[in-house]
Amino acid sequence: MIFYIVRRVLYSIPIALSVGLVCFLLVYISPGDPISAIAPPDAPAEMITQLRRDYGLDKPLPEQFAIWLGRVVQGDLGRSLSTGRPVWGEVSVALKNTVSLAVAACTLAFAIGTLLGGLAAAFRDTWVDRIAMTFAVAGVSVPHYWLGMLLVAVFAVTFPLAPSMGAGPGGTFVWDWAHLPFLILPMVTLSAIPLGLVARTVRGTVIEILHQEFITTLRGKGLRSGGILLHVAKNAAPSVLAVMGLQLGYLMGGSILVETVFSWPGTGFLLNSAIFQRDIPLLQGTILVLALLFVALNLVVDLGQALLDPRIKR
Amino acid sequence: MSALQSQSQPLVKVRDLNVAFVSKEATLHAVNGVDFDLAPKETLCILGESGSGKSVTLRSLMRLHPPRRTRITGTIQVDGTDIVAASERELSSIRGRLVSMIFQEPMTALDPVFTIGKQITETIRRHEGVSHQEAQRRALDLLELVQIPSARQRLDAYPHELSGGLRQRAMIAVALSVRPKLLLADEPTTALDATVQIQVLLLLKRIQAELGMGVIFVTHDLGVAGEIADRIAVMYAGRFIEEAPAEALLEAPEHPYVEGLLGATVTPASRGRRLTAIPGSPPNLRTLPVGCAFAPRCTSAEPNCRAAVPDLRALAPDRTVRCIHPAGLRPSMPPAMAFAAEERAP
Ligand SMILES: Nc1ncnc2c1ncn2[C@@H]1O[C@H](COP(=O)(O)OP(=O)(O)O)[C@@H](O)[C@H]1O
Ligand code: SF4
Ligand SMILES: [Mg+2]
Repeated sequence: MIFYIVRRVLYSIPIALSVGLVCFLLVYISPGDPISAIAPPDAPAEMITQLRRDYGLDKPLPEQFAIWLGRVVQGDLGRSLSTGRPVWGEVSVALKNTVSLAVAACTLAFAIGTLLGGLAAAFRDTWVDRIAMTFAVAGVSVPHYWLGMLLVAVFAVTFPLAPSMGAGPGGTFVWDWAHLPFLILPMVTLSAIPLGLVARTVRGTVIEILHQEFITTLRGKGLRSGGILLHVAKNAAPSVLAVMGLQLGYLMGGSILVETVFSWPGTGFLLNSAIFQRDIPLLQGTILVLALLFVALNLVVDLGQALLDPRIKR
Repeated sequence: MSALQSQSQPLVKVRDLNVAFVSKEATLHAVNGVDFDLAPKETLCILGESGSGKSVTLRSLMRLHPPRRTRITGTIQVDGTDIVAASERELSSIRGRLVSMIFQEPMTALDPVFTIGKQITETIRRHEGVSHQEAQRRALDLLELVQIPSARQRLDAYPHELSGGLRQRAMIAVALSVRPKLLLADEPTTALDATVQIQVLLLLKRIQAELGMGVIFVTHDLGVAGEIADRIAVMYAGRFIEEAPAEALLEAPEHPYVEGLLGATVTPASRGRRLTAIPGSPPNLRTLPVGCAFAPRCTSAEPNCRAAVPDLRALAPDRTVRCIHPAGLRPSMPPAMAFAAEERAP
């Protein structure tokens, strides 16, 4: 098992490096000279040359990458062009907000999705199944931002039950009673897609497991529903975990629209403003952190699956 | 109730058992009027081609069929308990404790993500309120009983980490967790290599003698049946068509189908052979013929055979056949052989 973990961690290194390379090249891929984003539009040629030298942009690309990588490893992602503050500081605050929201949404999606999927499988082809699956399909197909705006219209405007703007006092989210109401609407909105996916995965997986012969053996041993449920859950866990992990990753990177609708001060919101202000270092830093987080999450999911399923080669 | 029963009372008593699976398209008649008894500590082998209803018959003794689609009628008594009438609750306390079952393919019949030890202890703890340590200790004893080497380590092994033979032994250990009075074995050696097959058969025989269980053993292998059975019942299209002590049946089969299975010349030496092919194929269980289901393939068939299902005939107190022209009574047969058939009666 230790060997498996080490090997799997080692595999992630080249992936992380490639992610870094893409983020580094982002500056060159994006339209326009990177310097033109920093320098005032009417800057004289000497100033541009000076800036090039300051930023190391006159060196060959591989050397630039090495220098950049060296700084990134030490946590130096450069400074934001618009605020002048270190990118890492901005990103880490936003990341905390995004992770709080994503984890809350995933937990909700997991709890309700598992319940719906499990009920649908247990009462397969009955009205329970049909209602649960209608719910799941709706969750997957409804557009995020549309659901967000609908919830805002209903629960913040028509019936003002929950706030719809920001993360609460202080502008950043903390886990306490004053901030929790701010979490509700964005959490519900974000949970729709993973909820639908989890419900469908759980239903499919559980039905498949219930058809396996060992279920007959378990009934033949006299186990009651509770005892059999334990076996079903452990068999279903790896597949459900994989779906959840992937969704958590998507929620962290993919919530630009929802964070914008709710003005949630997370990474999506940050990306949005970085794009509109052409704040390349901020954009680069945010994307890099999110991508690395995704790589790390994948690693955790893989290790978790190996831990849960003894058949995976270790 | 069982306390009032005398020793001669059968462990299993099945009368006019019918099992059908109902679906929107059709009704499949898998078992069509089966009667048999099993004495305590006796081994009955149910022999038949694939699809003849052996597994369905076996599973009926625990009512392990999918409840919603299955129609069971008739009488099934195991140790005095009426299985057909029992509630799910009663059934779950009988299953694994009074009756338990081993399956053909231990790889799929054991839960792949639970250890062998856990699959034994959960059965023990389900039926007997013992501590975890006590259950663990008994699981170890069970693995030793089924002769799994380095039993202590194997408690923590997952099914896929064992060889086919050890896996089947583990399956047997799971089935024996609470020392049932009746063991149902559904082709437990079919998936194994020949040498491993013999070892597992010998193990089952030894354990049966040691624990004094009744065993119903399903197989399509004549050699296996001859090895383990006290009595053999041959099944065709959901009916028992011949039932007799193992030796007698293998030496001189009465039913044309069984004669066919054993081949033209029946000698004691033919034991150990696999079933031979008979021209034609078994009937469709969705649309059974009115009369004898074997008639389309039978060389002795006559119009009466197709008029109604032949009655079960007792050729001797321990020997029945469901045929109008059993070998011993066939008109074309030389008198000497017909006489020989009658002589077998005790
Ligand atoms: N749960 C079920 N639902 C529908 N049909 C079944 C079911 N179990 C068995 N059958 C059918 O019953 C017939 C007898 O099957 P089975 O008893 O498994 O045969 P075998 O003698 O090979 O063990 C087969 O035609 C099989 O398809
Ligand atoms: S009853 Fe008739 S058809 Fe059926 S096996 Fe006997 S002789 Fe053949
Ligand atoms: Mg079978």
